[in-house]
Amino acid sequence: MTTSVAAATAPSGKPGRSGKPRAANLLKMLPLSPAIGLMLVFLAGPIIYCIYAAFTNMALTGTGAANVTFVGLDNFRKAFGSSAFSNAIWLTLLFTLLSAIIGQNTLGLGLALLMRRANKLVRNFVGTAVIGAWVLPEVVAAYLLSAFFNDEGTLNVMLHAVGLPGQDWLYAAPIIAVSLANIWRGTAFSMLVYSAALSEIPKEIEESAEMDGAAGSKRLVWVTLPMISRAVLTNLMLITLQTLSVFGLIYAMTRGGPGTKSQTLPLYMYEQAFSFSQIGYGTAIALVMLAIGAVFSLIYLRGLNSEAA
Amino acid sequence: MIARDRLSKLTSNLVLLAIGILFVLPLLWVLFASINRTAGLRVEFPTDPTLGNFKAVLNTDTTYRPVLNGIVLCGGSALLTMVCAVLAAYPLSRFKSRFNRPFLLTVLFCTGLPITAVMVPVYGLFVQLNLVDTIGGTIMFMATSSLPFAIWLTKTFMDGVPISLEEAAWVDGATNMRALKSIVLPLMWPGIAVVLIFTFIGMWGNFFVPFMLLLSPERLPASVSIFTFFGQYGEPNYGQLAAYSLIYTTPVLLLYLLLSKKLGGAFALGGAIKG
Repeated sequence: MTTSVAAATAPSGKPGRSGKPRAANLLKMLPLSPAIGLMLVFLAGPIIYCIYAAFTNMALTGTGAANVTFVGLDNFRKAFGSSAFSNAIWLTLLFTLLSAIIGQNTLGLGLALLMRRANKLVRNFVGTAVIGAWVLPEVVAAYLLSAFFNDEGTLNVMLHAVGLPGQDWLYAAPIIAVSLANIWRGTAFSMLVYSAALSEIPKEIEESAEMDGAAGSKRLVWVTLPMISRAVLTNLMLITLQTLSVFGLIYAMTRGGPGTKSQTLPLYMYEQAFSFSQIGYGTAIALVMLAIGAVFSLIYLRGLNSEAA
Repeated sequence: MIARDRLSKLTSNLVLLAIGILFVLPLLWVLFASINRTAGLRVEFPTDPTLGNFKAVLNTDTTYRPVLNGIVLCGGSALLTMVCAVLAAYPLSRFKSRFNRPFLLTVLFCTGLPITAVMVPVYGLFVQLNLVDTIGGTIMFMATSSLPFAIWLTKTFMDGVPISLEEAAWVDGATNMRALKSIVLPLMWPGIAVVLIFTFIGMWGNFFVPFMLLLSPERLPASVSIFTFFGQYGEPNYGQLAAYSLIYTTPVLLLYLLLSKKLGGAFALGGAIKG
């Protein structure tokens, strides 16, 4: 709080008058300080703390609570040797692949493409429905979809109607159910990004491709997609990162169960750190997640950079 | 050619309509169950519609206090985010400095970090700083977690305001902060509103952060209390759960409508994200 007060009352330098360029430059940058202060304390702070705690036996109860000691790489050895951890990694990959990379991305692009050819009424209806699912609070979405996938839920009613057998999807195929839930909830984001990208393609380019006789699918692959390649990359990275951190949706739908059948990495981390009070081990898992996030984030940055250059 | 065109338009419309219906289906349950005295998980239109479920949840403990807490928490965080983001975006957008590029890259990098992963160390940090179960601490963390994205968006919108007007003001002796307040902000208020409302909507739905950092039932916002009231003790009363879900969702729906009708917000956002 002190930083924001200081910055609000501090005099700000006048630009373009460089008596003392250094001091003037610093003054010009002063309005950045509240943001930097907050991010140092509440973002950089926890990350540094995470790097420290991941190498200790810190815990909420037991020996690790009384005196915290360094245990080196023990937490990571424990993680990579544990079947629950590899189960969580595998489920996280599956969840991300199914719901983000295949589901949201493809469906979002498809919706954006179709919407350009649809009439206004249909476009508005579909846009509202898809965005409505996105605006809905996480836990509400989770309850809605729990009801949808339940034994007597809408999905089974529909399946029965066409003569297919139903089942309780949250028990039989929990990871599929939460992936579909995440597609339902998250597709709007990809749709918006792709709609914005497509709207910037000059009409003439597509028209001339059509004149030259390029068929729909050919036009998509050779003309449209290359024109929006940057949006595709940005979108893939952002939704992957969002999907890696999904917690509330899965927690409220299945709590990671039955057993550990839908326990993705965030849920495993939560269980270890808080249900089992192993803060040290929990932060080690958090560090693994941060590392995965950092790698994706860096790829995304590089992509943006090379496109801009 | 024209016949084929018409056919493909028709197919597009039909496919879209089918997808739209799939997206609407889960929503039907909440609408029907909320006015059903004996709601279960099945989608059925109640034979005897009632407002009883709404009456049952409209009391201080279930609705009023959590919603008020949510407004304080998310409103406070969104405002703090916005103030910091506007202040930070100004020098980034207006002045050339060696510092800008690395800072913006760091900000972009931070938008990618999984906040969920930071929550365990944040909890540890909050214990050390004695901030667990305080509204102030939670506000500051929530504001920080949405700050990188808000800075990025705000800077993008600010770049769209021409600098020539400010140059005139500087010549007349206005300070930067004055130019920001009386020239830039009035010109970019739609952008500000977009960022503010999106930040608020994101926070309103956020479950994990307040779930971890707040403990006392009387401080919990609606996003968590909906879970503790209905999720923890066996079979919930589905009618009341549905009614409460609708009440809790209404503010963000209204904000979203405001955004899309007045500001064309969603598409502006899509444009800003794609970089």
